[in-house]
Amino acid sequence: MLRSTLSKVLNGSKLSPNLVCVTFRASSDVAKKPEKIEVFIDDQPVLVDPGTTVLQAAAQVGVEIPRFCYHERLAVAGNCRMCLVEVEKSPKPVAACAMPVMKGWRIKTNSDMTKKAREGVMEFLLVNHPLDCPICDQGGECDLQDQSMAFGSDRSRFTDIQFSGKRAVEDKDLGPLIKTVMTRCIHCTRCIRFASEVAGIDDLGTTGRGSDMQIGTYVEKFFMSELSGNVIDLCPVGALTSKPYSFTARPWEIRKIDSIDVFDAVGSNIVVSTRTNEVLRILPRTNEEINEEWLADKSRFAYDGLKRQRLITPMLRDNKNQLTPVDWEAALLTVGKVLQQAGPNVAAIAGGMADAETLVAVKDLLNRLGSELTCTEHVFPMDGSGTDLRSSYLLNNKISGVEEADAVLLIGTNPRFEAPLLNSRLRKTYLHNEAEIAVIGPKVDLTYDYHHLGTSAKAINDVANGSSPFSKVLKNAKKPLVIIGADLLKRSDGAAILSAAQSLAAQATNKPEGWKVLNVLHKVASQVAALDIGYTPGVDKIREAKPKVLFLIGADEGAINKEDLPSDCFIIYQGHHGDQGACIADAILPGAAYTEKQATYVNTEGRAQQTLVAVSPPGQAKEDWKIVRAVSEIIGMKLPYDDINEIRSRLNEVAPHLIRYGDVEGANYFKQASQLLQEKKSVDDSPIDVKIKDLQDYFMTDAISRASPTMAKCVQAVLKQKESKY
Amino acid sequence: MLNTLKTVGNYVGRFSGVRSLHVSSALRHDSLFVHRDSPEDNPDIKFEFTPENKKRAEAILAIYPEGHKRAAMIPLLDLAQRQYGWLPLTAMHKVAEILNLPKMRVYEVATFYTMFMRKPTGKYHVQVCTTTPCWLRGSDEVLEACKQNLGIGVGETSKDMMFTISEVECLGACVNAPMIQINDDYFEDLSVNDTNEILNDLKAGKKPKAGPRSGRFAAEPLGEPTSLKGDPPGPGFGVRSDL
Repeated sequence: MLRSTLSKVLNGSKLSPNLVCVTFRASSDVAKKPEKIEVFIDDQPVLVDPGTTVLQAAAQVGVEIPRFCYHERLAVAGNCRMCLVEVEKSPKPVAACAMPVMKGWRIKTNSDMTKKAREGVMEFLLVNHPLDCPICDQGGECDLQDQSMAFGSDRSRFTDIQFSGKRAVEDKDLGPLIKTVMTRCIHCTRCIRFASEVAGIDDLGTTGRGSDMQIGTYVEKFFMSELSGNVIDLCPVGALTSKPYSFTARPWEIRKIDSIDVFDAVGSNIVVSTRTNEVLRILPRTNEEINEEWLADKSRFAYDGLKRQRLITPMLRDNKNQLTPVDWEAALLTVGKVLQQAGPNVAAIAGGMADAETLVAVKDLLNRLGSELTCTEHVFPMDGSGTDLRSSYLLNNKISGVEEADAVLLIGTNPRFEAPLLNSRLRKTYLHNEAEIAVIGPKVDLTYDYHHLGTSAKAINDVANGSSPFSKVLKNAKKPLVIIGADLLKRSDGAAILSAAQSLAAQATNKPEGWKVLNVLHKVASQVAALDIGYTPGVDKIREAKPKVLFLIGADEGAINKEDLPSDCFIIYQGHHGDQGACIADAILPGAAYTEKQATYVNTEGRAQQTLVAVSPPGQAKEDWKIVRAVSEIIGMKLPYDDINEIRSRLNEVAPHLIRYGDVEGANYFKQASQLLQEKKSVDDSPIDVKIKDLQDYFMTDAISRASPTMAKCVQAVLKQKESKY
Repeated sequence: MLNTLKTVGNYVGRFSGVRSLHVSSALRHDSLFVHRDSPEDNPDIKFEFTPENKKRAEAILAIYPEGHKRAAMIPLLDLAQRQYGWLPLTAMHKVAEILNLPKMRVYEVATFYTMFMRKPTGKYHVQVCTTTPCWLRGSDEVLEACKQNLGIGVGETSKDMMFTISEVECLGACVNAPMIQINDDYFEDLSVNDTNEILNDLKAGKKPKAGPRSGRFAAEPLGEPTSLKGDPPGPGFGVRSDL
């Protein structure tokens, strides 16, 4: 708490939204920006804004100053002293991370005084740091190692190896994800600042003083956050390391492949580290537009689920009603025969992790068979314009746009667990922009304060017609946002809720050009691509149509079960995990998980991104769209694409934005969507519910995380912590 | 032979200035900076401010402006400690609740300051100063007298929960060395007899008189003043006559 105010006072970080906001206002209210000041970094002149710190000014000319405690995305602490530099005419070296530059300063980052200061600080840090690099997991990617090589003294005065006074600190138990070796801690307090500023969990702190100071929770407490894994990346030494990854590999042994996360609809950028065809760990990759440099715990640690419960061979149900392994030929021939017999009586359901290539291949196949029954597991109201206008189902204002908002209304969503990285942005807005946030839905802990407007959907109308105290806030806001959870629209009055939200969003009139008020937050990675390609949301149509063959593309949420289907319906399950969908299947075609294929995913903003092949699929599993393509050839309706480029040009035909990787394809026609959806039915009074309310519900939500032992441990740990008195 | 060589080597090394680091092990703090549940201190212990202390707490909070109420943390913790005798975990929780702060922020403060006692402490907290001036004037004897009289060691509490002895650093009464502090009172210019007398008085339920035991009023010189004895000179003192 203090720390957030501190950051406001210091206004340190260049990236802080506060500063962005200040400059924005400056450009609109006051015509003239404050004059830039000139400073000299190693005699190179540089013009910087007033308030820039020495460290940032140096970064502008490409001079990197060593640091441990300073981090761009956290408040300035200034306690490690590694960034000391000489400033001409200053009697003492100054801490570059906390000192704003003054006009005409000559900063010497390479002078004798600077070098001596760095060596001194380094020596002090190393006096109490254990020399256990060979058994430390941080070895090879350790800031302390690197910086002691680069900036430390070349010889040691620390000759007494029998010295018994070296500091030792007992290890803390922060849960099943974070391993602690607190003796290695150099007290940079990055983890504390992350916990209190970004994660919003004020459980970490410093206890004691002097050389007895230690970082910890004081009482025995698990670090109960959905973003806890990020402290591992933040820790500049090996004090906090990944427990599942411990003693697994060295950074120079692993291959790193850029990819996209599919555990939620945010589409965080990740780096998949592999060795010998095995995913060893997943780290975030910086993308300012999406995940900054954070990653949610499920995305980071559920990778061990990729090795368990996998479907590694095709299977068919034999006459004893048992699924038995067969070879691909038998499986494909059987599936082909069934499809041929069924003709147009075929339906498909896409699950939450299906990629765009597979989706389009399945749709093409079914269309050729004469069926239009391609559905997604997750429902979206089809009344009015339905999914024809993309603006009604996208997070239109983009994830990064949340940072500028000054009033946010969350309806039927728990962003903390449905999209943890969106929630961290909301918290940022709350802290630095003083945004007013209101929630309609169950009362959950979002890590920031909000106005609770009720649990009934009627509350949306109250906000719209001005009888709610929040309507005024929303109306006067310059940049309001309405975020609807996709789950809410599953209800029978989903269309009415969407309509009410649309009219509510239309009330905001004094918003800047291009600001989009209405936003829908999806829960699964495949949904936006599926809707873009033309899948029908929801499986009601399939229940009515009673198809002879049902094709499940990784559909594991149990949207449909055997009782809904005719008894002779043949169910084909194509996917990577033996979960609910596979249990009811008559034929199983083993597919590839997201780390094993080059595939396109569109996140909730409408941004297409692709995963790359990090490891090969296990056993006989194949890339999903290739399986569909093989099936099509067997039934004599060959789909016209043979490689990834050809199927991508097919994607391009369907919707060009699907292959414009990295770009957001924005949507518009809010007015038209709203006019088309003049819902006659009114919103009913039943209370709004969200599926994931608490941390223990967050860890296991899909086929991969349900198969992950680490995630199971997390659930256990959270439940245990809930019983604890702390 | 090898040993002799080593000794000689060390000897030479010491005088040629190779070894410049001092290697005595650092003194560790005598209390623990993590919480351990104990029968006396666990989250089930009830702690509530008394009605009088609630009023005091409100008065304390009123001093600080809105938005800076967390500045009342140290006074409130002190209030809790005065009420309970020491500072159990639940008292910290109570303070966190009053100030609407995360508990960790209170733990941080309570562990930082050595005057917050986080373990059971006797009714009389005997703090013996053993820093250089007191030590030169015989604080070792005073400490020994305390130990003998109370039958406990440094950092221990008597069984009847009446006395705790601590060895502390300078309390700023060097002029009146040696001295001890018992709760809020300073007892200065002590001899072994004085110390025993004070402790026996406390045991008997009497309230010994605080301050110097040497007959001094405060920190003035013992006996006659040695300087500044005359009247202070008036204006013009020491000024050249032609000015």
